[in-house]
Amino acid sequence: MTAYLSIRNLTVTLTGGTPILRNVSLDVVAGQVHGLVGESGAGKSMIGKAVLGTLPRALTISTGEIWLDGVNILTLKPSQRRQRIGAIAALIPQDPLTALNPSKRIGPQITRRLVDILGWSKQVATARALELLAEVQIPDPVRVMRTYPHELSGGMRQRILIASAFAAEPKLIIADEPTTALDVTVQKQILRLISDMQTRHSTALLFVTHDLGVVSKVCDTLSVLYAGKVVEDARMHRFFMRPIHPYSAALLAATPTYTDPTGSLTPVSPKVIKAVEQEIQEHDMRARQ
Amino acid sequence: MMYRINNLQLSLPDMTRKPLLGAAPRIEILKGLTFDLPKGEVLGIVGGSGSGKSTLGRAMLRLLEPTGGNIEFDGTDITHLSENQLRPTRKKFQMIFQDPMSSLNPRRRVGGIIACPLRVNGMDNLGTRVTEALEMVGLPNHFGNRYPHELSGGQRQRVGIARAIALRPDFILADEIVSGLDVSSQAQVLNLLENLVKELGLTLAFISHDLSVIRRLCTRVLVLHQGVIVEEGPTEALFASPRAAYTRQLLNAIPLPNPHQRWA
Repeated sequence: MTAYLSIRNLTVTLTGGTPILRNVSLDVVAGQVHGLVGESGAGKSMIGKAVLGTLPRALTISTGEIWLDGVNILTLKPSQRRQRIGAIAALIPQDPLTALNPSKRIGPQITRRLVDILGWSKQVATARALELLAEVQIPDPVRVMRTYPHELSGGMRQRILIASAFAAEPKLIIADEPTTALDVTVQKQILRLISDMQTRHSTALLFVTHDLGVVSKVCDTLSVLYAGKVVEDARMHRFFMRPIHPYSAALLAATPTYTDPTGSLTPVSPKVIKAVEQEIQEHDMRARQ
Repeated sequence: MMYRINNLQLSLPDMTRKPLLGAAPRIEILKGLTFDLPKGEVLGIVGGSGSGKSTLGRAMLRLLEPTGGNIEFDGTDITHLSENQLRPTRKKFQMIFQDPMSSLNPRRRVGGIIACPLRVNGMDNLGTRVTEALEMVGLPNHFGNRYPHELSGGQRQRVGIARAIALRPDFILADEIVSGLDVSSQAQVLNLLENLVKELGLTLAFISHDLSVIRRLCTRVLVLHQGVIVEEGPTEALFASPRAAYTRQLLNAIPLPNPHQRWA
């Protein structure tokens, strides 16, 4: 099992030196799902953006390696890097409404990347798009290709983005909170769809989420982030049975579950936060030496 | 009884299908809801998107006027009262909003934000009341001088709660107030709300799409689906044996943080 995506000691800083990601290392194996969890601002999405080369301009990668299919993409020239990433990786974004262009029909939005970047003919690309829309269980794909995003429900839009992500048979997909904007019943359908597609296509999937419930349903392995640092790396089952880091355990204790009749909820205690902040300070000190 | 709601109906014009001349066709949003909300209860209102949960909340606060049925609040029929007639009742019910960033004025300090409804309702000792409200939500007094953007998400939501309780209302409507928060801040806000309900003897309606959160906080649950009540009852009974198929479907769809859950 070699990792398809391997991130080694990645540090990303804000102009001025404030670290956003601190020495992050993680592996995503082909055919497996790796979860990235943490509270907002922990840097989960930034890892995905660093891989895809879409970091905001104020952020720079100061050290580290990102190995994608055996090549450290950070050593490539920008144009080569774009080409390489575009050919083998894809994104399923969080908000299906803002990710689709409201003034263009669905069809061209799926086929454009295939035609412009991968150089497919229009007919081949259209045929492929229709096939994928059927695969993500969209009824009447021919009609849907001609609709505008506002004519479709949130769940339908997210299906279209999933189809679009899988269109060029990517080896790596980064899903950034793909179900946060959806209702629980639709979320269940979409998660199952992403899982099925990922298994069928043996894609490596990096799954960003803040919902530990979702992690336990789709991920094989996961990393817990706090302030840009990986505090725990775990196989999924072990994590939920025996979380090792106190912060991981605290996150689990703060997650409400309807099956617990006492329903007691413990916010992450200041003691745990202090300990993890200390850990991060020590890490920063070492990094400066 | 805090609320008696009888055959509540509400429809809104569908402007996307309005002909050039003449009235727009109406969309039925609430289709005849009947339920009572006793004093001191915490009612969870749950349902999928588009089920009418927020519309129901807004009708209960008379931010929307029902098109049929009636709403009785604390013994008064408020179904069709005019804005002027509603004035004295308004301060008895308050609302906490989903997104604290857009419901707190970014150009005013926290103290001013909390004092505003007090001033509108002609109260005195504003300073003391604001301090008291901040204390009750667990924020230090000097937070009164801060602007909303200087606070974290959880702190902003506490300010929203402080503004609502400062008037000492009888009833509070909380519309998806924890859905934008991380689990840890969510746990803090839920614990805070639970204590306030007990301390102040509040009646609370808590709109949420998250049944796990509802179970944690609410004493009664009302499940809405496409504008109809599919199930209503005490929380324990509803979770122990959900009667409606839609309730079971909602429960089964929740991913629990437990890899052994059967989620098929």
